[in-house]
Amino acid sequence: MNLSVTDLAVARGGLPVLEGVSFTLAPGRALILRGPNGIGKTTLLRTLAGLQPPLAGEISAPPEAIAYASHADGLKATLTVAENLTFWARIFGTGAIAPALAAMNLAGLADRQAQNLSAGQKRRLGLARLLVSGRPVWMLDEPTVSLDTASVALFGGVVRAHLAAGGSALIATHIDLGLPEAELLDLTPLKAKPPGQGGITGAFDEAFL
Amino acid sequence: MIALLARDLRLAIRAGGGFGLGLAFFLIVVVLVPLGVGPSGATLALIAPGILWVAALLACLLSLDRIFALDHEDGSLDLLATAPIPLEGVVSVKALAHWLTTGLPLVLASPVLALLLNLPASGYGWLMLSLALGTPALSVIGTFGAALTVGLKRGGLLMSLLVLPLYVPTLIFGAEVVKRGATGQAVDSPLLLLAGITAGAAALLPFASAAALRVNLR
Repeated sequence: MNLSVTDLAVARGGLPVLEGVSFTLAPGRALILRGPNGIGKTTLLRTLAGLQPPLAGEISAPPEAIAYASHADGLKATLTVAENLTFWARIFGTGAIAPALAAMNLAGLADRQAQNLSAGQKRRLGLARLLVSGRPVWMLDEPTVSLDTASVALFGGVVRAHLAAGGSALIATHIDLGLPEAELLDLTPLKAKPPGQGGITGAFDEAFL
Repeated sequence: MIALLARDLRLAIRAGGGFGLGLAFFLIVVVLVPLGVGPSGATLALIAPGILWVAALLACLLSLDRIFALDHEDGSLDLLATAPIPLEGVVSVKALAHWLTTGLPLVLASPVLALLLNLPASGYGWLMLSLALGTPALSVIGTFGAALTVGLKRGGLLMSLLVLPLYVPTLIFGAEVVKRGATGQAVDSPLLLLAGITAGAAALLPFASAAALRVNLR
């Protein structure tokens, strides 16, 4: 699945934040998004995942190809690790969860309730969901928050295996994931100009007016 | 979708899941009313259909804000929106899960509570039937209200104000069925109208709820 984005503009809360975003993500490649807080990394990922419409521009891949991992892990506190993961595996129509548990080093915690996990363990479970989604393009929003060094290395290995299997990944992160082959995209120059200075207008956010 | 239903039901019966909240509320209201109104059997029998229906409606209302708010807080609503099941299916399953954990227990418990309110024996069957036909509409309409207010912090008050006017027809026809049934009158027209509201709401509102969710998730 080739993800190519042409001249994309995105808005958050009715204000344009990024414009002129263009890149191509081929199978087996990873692209790392860089930029200061508030530049619009999350907004860009949410737009690509189909959660909000773009202001302008084209996205070639359908949202059905994309597995999105947000800041929140989407875990249910009273379900066990295995139950949480089985739920997502069934939603995405894929099979066994054991490989995902093993890949994220969660096999020993399978019967523990999610509310009794540490922040890093919850994060690993949230990332294990990507493995059971069976989707080729991963969109990762700060995937390494609250992970220790060993887990970051573990996750880097998981991403590399995904790339080797023909998948691709778009990662918004500030730290080094240990993926030297990944390309970098700095979003700072793509910050949207204010509407008065030739920027995009028409980002009005009211749905019912 | 079966996975989602199974998960919601499992969450409801685990600790803090809110299963039985509506039922407990229903029980409390119906137990307190005779204490407040007085023990006169004739008065109680007169007001029983209305009290039972109002209590059932409020019990449904009580648990509505949980339908989407919890999934929104922990991020799973975003993830469900990007999952391969359509959002219309998600909201329908959510409404069904709400009905199974709130409406269905009310239907099953209602004859016992009708006894407390001295409802004439001929009304029991109609009470259960009207609740069984009417409470699905309460869940579906409530899901729509919950979808409209999902992004709002403490949107419970706004949701109640949005949802209660939509509940009024169900309440009127539901209570009318019980009232007429208890006094031996013909119940056809209110019963058909009640069923019609439920069928119409279940057919149309999932699309409105899904559209509202899409707007709120932006």
